[in-house]
Amino acid sequence: MKTSFILSASESIRDAILNHESELESLDRAIGDGDHYINMKRGAAAITELHAELAALTADAALNKIGLKLLSTIGGASGPLLASFFMSMAKVLKEKNDDTTTTYAAAFATGVEAIQQRGKAGLGEKTMLDVLIPVAQQFSTLASANTEINAICYALMQTAEEGMLATKTLIATKGRAAGLGERAIGHIDPGAKSCQLMINAVCNQVLSSQH
Amino acid sequence: MKKFINKIDDVLIESLSGFASAHHDLVELNTDPLFLTRQHKAPNKVAIISGGGSGHEPLHAGYIGYGMLDAACPGHVFTSPTPDQMLAAAEAVHADKGILFIVKNYAGDVMNFEMAAEMLPFESATVLTSDDCAVINSTYTTGRRGVAGTVIVEKCVGSLAESGADLQTCKALGDKVNSRTASMGVALTSCTVPAAGRPTFDISDNELEMGVGIHGEPGRKREPMREADAIVQDVVSAILDALKPASDSEALLLINGFGATPLMELYLIYNTASRLFTEHGIKITRSLVGNYTTALDMAGASITLCLLDEEIKQYWDSPVHTAALRWGR
Repeated sequence: MKTSFILSASESIRDAILNHESELESLDRAIGDGDHYINMKRGAAAITELHAELAALTADAALNKIGLKLLSTIGGASGPLLASFFMSMAKVLKEKNDDTTTTYAAAFATGVEAIQQRGKAGLGEKTMLDVLIPVAQQFSTLASANTEINAICYALMQTAEEGMLATKTLIATKGRAAGLGERAIGHIDPGAKSCQLMINAVCNQVLSSQH
Repeated sequence: MKKFINKIDDVLIESLSGFASAHHDLVELNTDPLFLTRQHKAPNKVAIISGGGSGHEPLHAGYIGYGMLDAACPGHVFTSPTPDQMLAAAEAVHADKGILFIVKNYAGDVMNFEMAAEMLPFESATVLTSDDCAVINSTYTTGRRGVAGTVIVEKCVGSLAESGADLQTCKALGDKVNSRTASMGVALTSCTVPAAGRPTFDISDNELEMGVGIHGEPGRKREPMREADAIVQDVVSAILDALKPASDSEALLLINGFGATPLMELYLIYNTASRLFTEHGIKITRSLVGNYTTALDMAGASITLCLLDEEIKQYWDSPVHTAALRWGR
């Protein structure tokens, strides 16, 4: 993976977050405490400020740096969760040190595992993991079957959207909405929504770089 | 919203600067990253560090000093601090006997302190406080929340650390005090987070929130307002259910104000609560009444009971010198 790709992907992620301000805010006001958009925006802005510094690093070092920056900027629960994701992903890239789709899939899966461990949460608890776990599984399956990269991207975007929409009917057992019980039903989880937006942004970045 | 504010973004730093300057003999403020330490580094002891979202003053910075904390890391209002703050604080106060983190049980705090502990270049342990018996699942976490009982944990562990005890001994006392402590709060009004500008929840003049958390998060249920004795009776019953103390138990009773309830009412609550616990055969031999773990400008109070044994009594009674607690020294 090239560091330049990480930089352009992080710009796409920032734009995706900024373009969904009102949606993310209203989702979080409904079942959270209304600060999810502000926290994500603060994180994205901190990464943008870091671009010059990141550009000089290898891809794994850049991802690790992004993790550390998010850790010290976002706070709350999202900070450590996203930081764990990027820092674990960086570790896999550094160890494998190659440029294959299976390595990326393994790095992604390791990052998602780190979120599960840090948050002590799993599938079906109305969190970001309802998007990330199915995406990680599908990414690994498709990568080991040597599926062509564009097809992988389309499939992952589809799976991310389905996972995000599925949180609407769930009762939350982890995260901010866990105290609401049945009152959380009917609302999409804001963390699942922002993860779906980020996956979409990165996949679209991959697709456009193929042309 | 009517508050003493210059600029919303400066509220925290201006308040901490005032705190550090008012108590310059006790504490020192570091602004980047944000943490406070004792004015004079204590040698040869386990370093005790706590922290959490701001808005609970005097928790935690008010408990920095002899016999309690070595450092505190304040986050934004009601938002966990970040690991860089904890690492810098640990670097500043460690004295080769390890670091003990005292952390209130909320998902964000737990994760940030956990990551700091993993990145720390020296030995550490963590005591998680979870004294709030109001709810099993709350808006902020799975499991009981850490509330005013945290002050008792910080006091006892702090005094033990002062005696030169090792890390695991300090952690064990913290866990013991936590397991023998239960709290429950009642809100009469909401609080207003400065950056939000409006009350966190709506509550009418004839209602109370039973079991409220220290961020204004919901508790057991919304109930009609009634006379003080009836409210205190319900809280005392919940605490007795949670602790199931043997009759003849000796206990510390803490009545904690949430920020906008006068001491006059807190002592009225103490009067009823101590009578009710005594009727259950509990001997209240230690007490603390005042604003020790607040929720900004919320009106309301929490009741905390800590079951004492000889060890807890010894370290509760030991000298302490901090901005918010001081005796024996």
